Amino acid sequence: MAAATERKIPAPPPNPETQKFWDAAAQGKLLIKRCTSCAAVHYYPRALCPFCGSDATEWQTASGTGTIYSYSVMRRADVPYAIAYVTLDEGVTMMTNLVDCDFNVLRIGQRVRLVFKPTDGGPPVPTFTPA
Amino acid sequence: MTINGKAYIAGIYEHPTRKADDKSLAQLHAEVAKGALDDAGLTKNDVDGYFCAGDAPGLGPLSMVDYMGLKVRHLDATETGGSSYVLHVGHAAEAIALGKCSVALVTLAGRPRAEGMATGTAPRNYGAAAPDVQFEYPFGPTVANMYAMCAMRHMHEFGTTSRELAWIKVAASHHAQHNPHALLRDVVTVDDVVNSPMIADPLHRLDCCVITDGGGALVIVSPDVAKRINRPRVKIRGAGEAPKHQMGGRIDLTYSGAVWSGPIAFAEAKATPADIKYVSIYDSFTITVLMTLEDLGFCAKGQGGKLVADGNLISGTGKLPFNTDGGGLCNNHPANRGGITKVIEAVRQLRGEAHPKVQVKNCDLALAHGTGGSLGTRHASGTVILERE
Repeated sequence: MAAATERKIPAPPPNPETQKFWDAAAQGKLLIKRCTSCAAVHYYPRALCPFCGSDATEWQTASGTGTIYSYSVMRRADVPYAIAYVTLDEGVTMMTNLVDCDFNVLRIGQRVRLVFKPTDGGPPVPTFTPA
Repeated sequence: MTINGKAYIAGIYEHPTRKADDKSLAQLHAEVAKGALDDAGLTKNDVDGYFCAGDAPGLGPLSMVDYMGLKVRHLDATETGGSSYVLHVGHAAEAIALGKCSVALVTLAGRPRAEGMATGTAPRNYGAAAPDVQFEYPFGPTVANMYAMCAMRHMHEFGTTSRELAWIKVAASHHAQHNPHALLRDVVTVDDVVNSPMIADPLHRLDCCVITDGGGALVIVSPDVAKRINRPRVKIRGAGEAPKHQMGGRIDLTYSGAVWSGPIAFAEAKATPADIKYVSIYDSFTITVLMTLEDLGFCAKGQGGKLVADGNLISGTGKLPFNTDGGGLCNNHPANRGGITKVIEAVRQLRGEAHPKVQVKNCDLALAHGTGGSLGTRHASGTVILERE
């Protein structure tokens, strides 16, 4: 089994706009943003809705399940790892890693579930593993 | 208002170096500027507009006009990565059409090899203030695996194969064998490509472009100047540009910004893909070419694999000759930015100055296209259509 967990994940740099996202991550929750004006959800999270421009956005806890939209196993790396776009059941697609699995049997459309992974001195990041 | 016929590309220069240990970055910019001005029969004192992008040192255009001793009345530092210089062609034509300048100089240079830069396989961090960085950088996005995810999705949706992608590299290598400056001059086969080491699934080593030092420059002039200098007249017929991004998380990796930049350029040029005799297509990776050709309308979406297979991109035998200098895949990708060499080879073809073994017969209309940034995250497409007058 290839082990993505061996790769040291760099710490994300939170800022005032995103601190709540990373605070929630530390509690094991994945937040996305929903616009109360146009009702659209978006990712990555912003203070202003990228669809309608409203500043009336609010945090929403994602279910943590989704499907693999695309992925690639980075073979030419000290520790090979799988990068992916996962489409959450809420409808947004996010960049992430696929972890704790055999990289050779991954496929587009596969169901995955959220698992947080520690980072190098920062809050944990949302990754996914086959459901 | 249109730029069609309002400006001409009068000077081109591609630096012959591929590894510039003994030159500074500013020096490379100045050397390519001099080369393109010599080609146009002009001097630096004729330049009244200067264009550069993020590869220029220091404060970009300010540092470079200082170094080169230029006195200009128009500056443009539009930065969209490797496509910047294709956008600059359109912007220079706009500035000339408005009378803001009459001799525009565009330069690109870089020395990633001399500096030992891990170009395609190490994540690039654009700084914590870039809004996407905290949501992407921890996961290890590299140039290679971002384009690889586009290829993976294209294969999933349309059945595109690695062997079809490999034909793009094969065609580029057939052209590069005739280019004495090309970094890679050996002709390769489809088997060579698919048997080369996997970099990021499904892209092999030979699906990836070269890493080179060097640069290139363009001199773009008004019709009045073009008439005066007695050089082959390459008219700018149309230009289009379009960024494409993640659309708030509605990500679709199957198409590029060329679906927007292409129609803008074709409409301005009053041309269609069927009119184009030669294409320079940005080839950071094989998948970049395949998707771009689909998006520009050279075939239907999803049919790119069939379009590029069986040598169809090889000049002399194929239906759609492309990147006859060997492109980024074999010849040159200076500063990890291939936009300017795309324009340069298109101009060579229109002038009839390409290598005789790859020169397209009766090449009167050509297209050059750049893709800057990352196809897998956010990028800008630039398309220009050029005519031999």
